[in-house]
Amino acid sequence: MISDRSGEGMTKSMTMQEIEIREVCLLAGKIMLESGAETYRVEDTMVRIATSYGVESAESYVTPTAIIFTIEGEHPTKTKMIRIMNRGTDLNKIAMVNNISREIHSGKWSVREAYQLLKEIEKSNVSYPIWIQILAATIASACFVIMFNGRWDDFLPAFFAGGIGYSWFLYIDRFVHIRFFSEFSASLFIALSAVGFVYFGFGVEIDKIVIGSVMPLVPGLLITNAIRDLMAGHLVSGLTKGAEAVLTAFAIGSGVAVILVLFS
Amino acid sequence: MFFQLLMSFAASSGFGIMFNVPKNSIIQCGFTGMIGWLIYISFVGQKVDAVPASFIASFFVALISHIFAKWYKTPVIVFIVGGIIPLVPGGLAYDAMRHFVINDYYTAIQLAAKVLLVAGAIAIGIVFSEVFNQIYKRIRMAKIRQ
Repeated sequence: MISDRSGEGMTKSMTMQEIEIREVCLLAGKIMLESGAETYRVEDTMVRIATSYGVESAESYVTPTAIIFTIEGEHPTKTKMIRIMNRGTDLNKIAMVNNISREIHSGKWSVREAYQLLKEIEKSNVSYPIWIQILAATIASACFVIMFNGRWDDFLPAFFAGGIGYSWFLYIDRFVHIRFFSEFSASLFIALSAVGFVYFGFGVEIDKIVIGSVMPLVPGLLITNAIRDLMAGHLVSGLTKGAEAVLTAFAIGSGVAVILVLFS
Repeated sequence: MFFQLLMSFAASSGFGIMFNVPKNSIIQCGFTGMIGWLIYISFVGQKVDAVPASFIASFFVALISHIFAKWYKTPVIVFIVGGIIPLVPGGLAYDAMRHFVINDYYTAIQLAAKVLLVAGAIAIGIVFSEVFNQIYKRIRMAKIRQ
């Protein structure tokens, strides 16, 4: 942690300064990684912040589950590792940290100011209200039915099935910290409501309704990011993200499968 | 066609909101997604396979995203995420899973391979576009120095 005590003597203050810079870099990296930034971008940003503060040499090693960051100075090398437990997608935070990093580069913030700003970003909740997120998911689900050449009859059923699934996903994700279970149960509900809707004559094709409605859960972004990381030479992150994506796809697929097996 | 564009715009913007993009980038997200989908369905309509069509579409999605990123001083990932969402082979992945469930492994494996290829094509499109962008930057830097 950053202490407000200014160093006594030259060497001590130099060391303190380096530790503070390290903390700023690590915090920026942590926020970005938890918000779903690409690993190479996290590494890049951290090193860039460090060099903006005049550090001669800094190295960062980022995987989706941990960050190791080293600042090389005249004194013993300072290295710290932090674990990343929660990963989500929050592009707004990435954009905010990116802005701070840009401003640090142009010399706008001192080390301590930057740390305060980043702390505020970390604590802040900049996401949209839940009902807007659910509305967005429902609209997206319905739109996908039409994009996949479905009928207009299935537009509204997908709207509701997608809404039910995504609401359940957001709700259960707060209590159960096993992603697999949240995704599995959400797709279970989606398939169940699709089957139910079609049974009562509301909607025609179960397949199209389910495809549209599970789209908000599908790990398309993860798969693509994983392959991108692999091609950029970040083999560890690529494989980790790939595993996460496959697990998610498996959860969704098996949730739907259970219902299809039961009702067909 | 009009509805396809409208739907892809709405779906991409919706995903933008789910992924919590900054408020002033939602429209741009929808726009990149719409252009990507427009390119994709035009190619698929001409009987081009889904893999090359996804590649070309994602290439242009990433290109537009880079331009937007420069204009709006926002990380490029914000626009790419929204833009590639319509291209993601969710429907294919679902079909593959469905065939696994009914023990039709031959079709399932074929479909799963297709999913991987399409996902790979999207990623390659993005990477190519990044390389393109870097080369362009280098050339411009060299010109400025002269």
